[in-house]
Amino acid sequence: MSASFVDASILDEAKRIIAAGESPPRVARDAVNLPMVRNWLEAMGDDNPVYERDGIAPPAMTQVWTMRGLRPVPDPHDPLAAMTAVLDAAGFTSVVATNCEQTYHRYLRVGERVAVRGRLVDVTGPKRTALGEGWFVTTESTWYVGTEPVATMLFRVLKYKPAPQAVLRPVASPDTEFFWAGTVKGELRIWRCEECGALRHPPGPSCPRCGAMRPGYVVAAGTGTVYSYVVHHHPQVPGRKAPFVVALVELPEGVRVVGELLDCDPAEARIGAPVRVDFVRVDASLSLPAWRLS
Amino acid sequence: MTAAGTALPEWSVEITPTLVVSTAIATRDFQDVHHDRDRSVQRGGKDIFLNILTTTGLVQRYVTDWAGPEAVVGRIAIRLGVPCYPYETLTFTGTVAEVAGGECVVDVAGRNSLGAHVTGTVRVRLP
Repeated sequence: MSASFVDASILDEAKRIIAAGESPPRVARDAVNLPMVRNWLEAMGDDNPVYERDGIAPPAMTQVWTMRGLRPVPDPHDPLAAMTAVLDAAGFTSVVATNCEQTYHRYLRVGERVAVRGRLVDVTGPKRTALGEGWFVTTESTWYVGTEPVATMLFRVLKYKPAPQAVLRPVASPDTEFFWAGTVKGELRIWRCEECGALRHPPGPSCPRCGAMRPGYVVAAGTGTVYSYVVHHHPQVPGRKAPFVVALVELPEGVRVVGELLDCDPAEARIGAPVRVDFVRVDASLSLPAWRLS
Repeated sequence: MTAAGTALPEWSVEITPTLVVSTAIATRDFQDVHHDRDRSVQRGGKDIFLNILTTTGLVQRYVTDWAGPEAVVGRIAIRLGVPCYPYETLTFTGTVAEVAGGECVVDVAGRNSLGAHVTGTVRVRLP
């Protein structure tokens, strides 16, 4: 699918959800009550006495009354959830809130039970942002006591595709380009002397045994055992999440090759563990050799 | 009398894990990134962090602490910036932007070591 087709279908879905208008009211679990007001004031460190004195709730607490709680039940009428599903399906899977604008028509009084209704107001995109390409989704919520609107909120989120993380790229030289050409094809290639048959790794221009400069290669079986390893904690490495395990693997062919030990809990790494090669695809021209416990 | 250009006294809050968790629960926000550090780190955060309802609550407190208990808040409009993790100091500054008919609009910013956590305006009716 072309990007513009995806954009058009996102906008069509947005139009449909906008046209559906305001969702049915969702009623607060509790009426406005002093214990929850006191918990809020205590946590915020707010010692303003008027709320308890007058039996009213802090205005910034309006949304609290209709929060969905510890075990939220999915709401098929929630316009933000509906638009989120559309953007998730198009690959815009990450979310960050950007704006929250609350207007309070009056303070809520103890004993009042609010209900909230939401509608989708606007969907704009795709936009290039510092976080990645994304769509701004704006919803409006209105809180009611009976039929009286008491507060409104404009809430905007950015739904985005996280920008790909930078990866350190190896420098391929005339001596090593056969190796990187191999990893792209899923082959672990080992330098071999075409004169005497000796293997060497890492690759180089000449044979360490006979001195000849007739490089060739063999494709390794892809198995090995952990000869040694380190657990990397620091410094941070682009594209990697510390801690991770880097192993020096001894191949049955007789050379040792370094690579990350993928999905390995540092506590599970041990010398002598059998491993199997894997290739981490970075893009069309680069795959990194790595290992997995077999 | 309050006039446009009046600066509010600066206010600094030490953000502790207890503050992040207690305010998240008091605002009934049970998203794990606001109380479970392991899960928050798995999701790419540095630690747990303040939720939006708390940021709104702290902005309200900053303005009513200055305006006095009888002030009535009519609107809080905020733009969200960098996250606010524990062990940060969140420092609020504010300036009166306009005064008209007993109401004033205050420009507010809350900054930590990472940058602007929140910027926005609060409309408040003075007693």
